[in-house]
Amino acid sequence: MSTHAATHDDVHHDDVPKGFVHRWLFATNHKDIGTMYLVLALVMFFIGGAMAMVIRAELFEPGLQLVQPYFFNELTTLHGLIMIFGAIMPAFVGLANWQIPLMIGAPDMALPRMNNLSFWILPFAFLLLLSTLFLPGGAAAGGWVMYPPLVLQSGESLAFTIFAIHLMGISSIMGSINIIATILNLRAPGVDLLKMPLFVWTWLITAFLLIAVMPVLAGAVTMLLTDKYFGTNFFNAAGGGDVLLYEHIFWFFGHPEVYVMILPAFGVISEVIPTFARKPIFGYKPMVYATASIAFLSFIVWAHHMFTVGLPVGAQLFFMYATMLISVPTGVKVFNWVATMWKGSMTFETPMLFAVAFVILFTVGGFSGLMLGLVPADYQYHNSYFVVAHFHYVLVTGAAFGIMTGVYYWLPKWTGHMYSERWGKIHFWLSVISVNVLFFPMHFLGLAGMPRRIPDYNVAFADWNMVSSIGGFVFGATQLIFVGNIIYSVYFAKSRAPARVWEGARGLEWEVPSPAPHHTYSTPPEIRPGMLAHGDVAH
Amino acid sequence: MSQQAGAYYVPHGSRWPIIAAVGLFIFMWGAAHWLDGIEPEGPLLLAAGAAILIFMFFGWFGEVARESMKGLYSDQVDLSFRMGMMWFIFSEVMFFGAFFGALFYSRGLQVPWLAGEGHGALTNLYLFRGYTGGWPTNGPDAIGGVFQTVPPWGEPLINTLILLSSSVTVTIAHHALRDGNRRRMLPWLVATPILGMLFVFLQAREYMDAYTHLNLTLHSGIYGATFFMLTGFHGLHVTLGSIMLWVIAYRAWRGHFSKEHHFAFEAVAWYWHFVDIVWLGLFLFVYII
Amino acid sequence: MTQPVIPLAQPTAFRRAVRALLALAGALLAVPALANPEHPSPWQLNLTRGDSGLSHDVWDLHMAVFYVCIGIGVVVYGAMVYALIRFRKSKGAKPAGFTHNTTLEVVWTVIPVLILIGLAYPATHLLVYENNTNGSQLTVKVTGIQWMWRYDYLSYLGQPVNRVGFLSKLAEDSNVARQADSGVSPWSVVSAHGVHDYLLDVTHPLVVPTHTKIQFLITAADVIHGFWVPALGWQADAIPGQIHDAWGKFDTPGTYRGQCAQLCGQDHAYMPIVIKAVPRAEFQQWLVDQENRSRMDAISRTAEVTGAPAAPQG
Ligand code: HEA
Ligand code: HEA
Ligand code: CUA
Ligand SMILES: [Cu+2]
Repeated sequence: MSTHAATHDDVHHDDVPKGFVHRWLFATNHKDIGTMYLVLALVMFFIGGAMAMVIRAELFEPGLQLVQPYFFNELTTLHGLIMIFGAIMPAFVGLANWQIPLMIGAPDMALPRMNNLSFWILPFAFLLLLSTLFLPGGAAAGGWVMYPPLVLQSGESLAFTIFAIHLMGISSIMGSINIIATILNLRAPGVDLLKMPLFVWTWLITAFLLIAVMPVLAGAVTMLLTDKYFGTNFFNAAGGGDVLLYEHIFWFFGHPEVYVMILPAFGVISEVIPTFARKPIFGYKPMVYATASIAFLSFIVWAHHMFTVGLPVGAQLFFMYATMLISVPTGVKVFNWVATMWKGSMTFETPMLFAVAFVILFTVGGFSGLMLGLVPADYQYHNSYFVVAHFHYVLVTGAAFGIMTGVYYWLPKWTGHMYSERWGKIHFWLSVISVNVLFFPMHFLGLAGMPRRIPDYNVAFADWNMVSSIGGFVFGATQLIFVGNIIYSVYFAKSRAPARVWEGARGLEWEVPSPAPHHTYSTPPEIRPGMLAHGDVAH
Repeated sequence: MSQQAGAYYVPHGSRWPIIAAVGLFIFMWGAAHWLDGIEPEGPLLLAAGAAILIFMFFGWFGEVARESMKGLYSDQVDLSFRMGMMWFIFSEVMFFGAFFGALFYSRGLQVPWLAGEGHGALTNLYLFRGYTGGWPTNGPDAIGGVFQTVPPWGEPLINTLILLSSSVTVTIAHHALRDGNRRRMLPWLVATPILGMLFVFLQAREYMDAYTHLNLTLHSGIYGATFFMLTGFHGLHVTLGSIMLWVIAYRAWRGHFSKEHHFAFEAVAWYWHFVDIVWLGLFLFVYII
Repeated sequence: MTQPVIPLAQPTAFRRAVRALLALAGALLAVPALANPEHPSPWQLNLTRGDSGLSHDVWDLHMAVFYVCIGIGVVVYGAMVYALIRFRKSKGAKPAGFTHNTTLEVVWTVIPVLILIGLAYPATHLLVYENNTNGSQLTVKVTGIQWMWRYDYLSYLGQPVNRVGFLSKLAEDSNVARQADSGVSPWSVVSAHGVHDYLLDVTHPLVVPTHTKIQFLITAADVIHGFWVPALGWQADAIPGQIHDAWGKFDTPGTYRGQCAQLCGQDHAYMPIVIKAVPRAEFQQWLVDQENRSRMDAISRTAEVTGAPAAPQG
């Protein structure tokens, strides 16, 4: 793995391919592909967000104002699918593409051409998915979980939706294979596994999760396909099948999937907090083990999404205990972050602000997760807005804030310019206030008895819904600042960023200039003391 | 591609991935149209997508083969390829896992519940009274009508022997390759996909027999669903594996592989062993038990 | 039976805002008081305590885990906020270099485990209790259908009930008001008792006796539905091809409202559940009436069949 002939004189290394087609369509450069992933994710975030805005507008008051009930269900379904598969996951893959090679001293991803394929499948997959909006009978409207038999009632859209999911799956699997091969095979000499940055560690484990569960999702939706189009009876009790079979397979995928969306965020936060606390991460190894334990446990908790289906009591107990256990390694992470801040020397630039908000608000979502994990209580919470509140705290103020943290943190490295710190702070404060106005009242609504996935509701729910919608509009509009700031940093900013953008930043990515040259580390870097964020060469 | 051997190999831009993505998209798009009965667009698009994909495979793998023979790939690149293949096979294992899981769940839990065991007592009492379960079954409503199963000790047994021997032949070929013995390698290598095709042929006959004589169809309740989906996906993999083996055989004949460097050969051999092991699982859990 | 009604004119934004503040202020002190067990109330913050020992137990568990979260939150956020204030560079804080503290790490692994055990214990008990339908005195079969519910009374006090069953759909006034461009304000839909029952009222409520352990056999005819009446303390999915049994109880007569909780297609929002709990004597009378009526129906139906083809029975 270690010895390469030093052929640094290669003429090709620093020139960027000319022309749009060569640079982007034929891309093999991890930075370009990372950029494309991030741009796609941002576009998808806005498409999914626009759908959420329509949802919030319809829910602004009781009665039907904007959309018909069936279309509302289409919106909910597509919002979930697009945010998960289109916004959050590609954004993390984008961060991985940009950062992992930089952080481990690799010249590129291990399989660059496959990397290009993993990316380019995605826009087509979403084309396929969004095209269902225009089909006769509309898009799939069975929720992002696509439970049969309901989803089998959809019109022409089902086949399109399922093939879109197959494509996303293929893309994720290839992307993950690439990430694993890169991390295991391309580390510069001296970057041992237990000296890797935590972001790299979390992605290694995430990639493993993805390879393990995306094929299972593919299997589940394939069964839907054959049940609808080829007369099989997987999900039909009259033929000896079972609707719950689908739920089991889906959630065997689905639960690890939610950790796919949070582990890389944990990684980002574990990079950012030490930087701005100017103090090494507390408990590096426990962090790694905690991540691995979360990943392991995530395979044996899936039925906590199915507590109300009437499983045997023993099974419910097993899944309840396993679910509760996840709080322990997750708690270790939270405590380690706090301990990293402890006796540090903190400053609060935008990435740090987002990281702090992440720790607080993700934990709020984690607490409601713990509540949901207690079966008798979940009998009340299930399918109510309490669940919607839970998962938006972990997904929006968790995963999405994690991504924003990472983007602000590494943007100067990518563009070579600082973003606007002032607008970054405005973006942060508006976001963090409005997001709580948006999602916190959903706890109340759910507890009061408002089910999810409804376009209209009793007047008792009117007030909190209005509050939530107002928060939603503000939060949505605030994200325009985010985009503005990125555009500013890429095209307009004047101040040049130094190689080590942040005073307290440690790790290989800060050893290369900003912007990072098109090709970095065409020969493995020589690691000197103090260059690594964790551990040292000498050991 | 101006790098010298031994340097880290970063391939420069390639047009194949985007062609692959477009091909895949058109293929899936066509498939969806076809399933929804939109003809002739569906089949036409599907065929176009397939054509693009085939073109892409020749182009992409051709390029990789050429680069590999030029010695552009270092040991490190080789290891990346190996990891890639291994994790790909792992993902395939999980895909089959979903269907095996469906089989075990239906057979071990769901059908007994429908028949009133343990947790299913009330369901049986109120919804499916009189249903006694057992395996094979097409459920309380006997969907698809009375059917018979394929006896394991006929064609399936022969197929097991065929696949097992094909794993042996490919291993012999591999050893021959490592010994640098081309003349010994080629016949064993060619024998492997022939055995694979024989397997597929016999399976096709078995399916025809099931449909025409046993009344065992995709529609035969949960048994038919798990039987055909598991064996069907496996058969598909055997077919693909055979095609890959033919390509490898052709490349071996053209002298693409050296004693030391023959990753493509090994990857396909791994894949073939994987297909073989899945079959053993199928033979045991679908046919025998 | 029904509680005194607070008149709910369509409030102005300002009045709503004031109420929001009041509600928030009163929240922590009067959390349970805000929740009416029969139906949701405006600005409601917390789960209903429901109307039986079972639902009270559920509520207690909910509050227990809630307070545990608050407690952990106070500790974690407290430490964090302290750090955020105290260890700022602008305050001249110098970074320490420590990266481990084994004692601390063991402590914060073990204590959460103990807390979790403390929560799991009552949860396990309650779950086992909740899943035990033995000794039920009334058995009702509940079937979810797109988009209505069917209730069939199977047995009462050990005796089979003779053909009592009916469909229960969204009440007509709600159904009119819910249409887009109906011009009818949801606030104008009010029950005889003055409850704002928009989308929470049905044609035929499920009538049950109080102080009776009721067994629900829940299933569905087409897609998955969810049977959720918060006052019972639980919800149960209605799954085609499966009987899901659960039990519940009411101590106070009243009209308890809930909704379908599983996405079941376009009118998922429009299949409410209303359970009318009445004293046992009243229930007995009601049941006899229903049995008689269905006997009459059966006779007339036979007459119809012999005469002309019968209209399909709903
Ligand atoms: C990023 C995504 C993400 C994450 C990280 C989580 C994290 C958790 N989730 Fe969540 N969940 C979702 C996304 C996520 N979830 C989604 C999308 C759904 C809905 C799907 C759908 O139906 O559409 C869902 C639904 C869901 C349900 C089903 C609810 C229902 O439908 O009825 C349950 C039930 O157990 C649950 C539990 C948990 C638990 C226990 C955690 C734990 O991992 C949380 C652990 C964290 C903490 C507990 C906080 C920090 C810890 C400490 C400070 C230590 C001390 C703490 C204790 C000792 C308690 N989740
Ligand atoms: C994965 C991440 C993710 C993210 C980031 C979000 C983000 C948001 N989500 Fe959602 N959501 C899910 C995942 C996510 N969600 C899932 C999985 C479901 C379940 C689906 C199901 O039930 O099947 C769900 C369901 C869901 C519901 C419940 C729907 C229902 O049950 O019927 C609601 C309701 O309010 C909602 C709202 C929002 C809002 C307001 C945002 C906001 O954070 C979005 C903010 C972003 C923008 C708004 C960007 C766009 C900005 C513009 C277009 C500019 C113009 C805007 C203005 C001027 C206002 N989401
Ligand atoms: Cu029935 Cu939702
Ligand atoms: Cu989960």
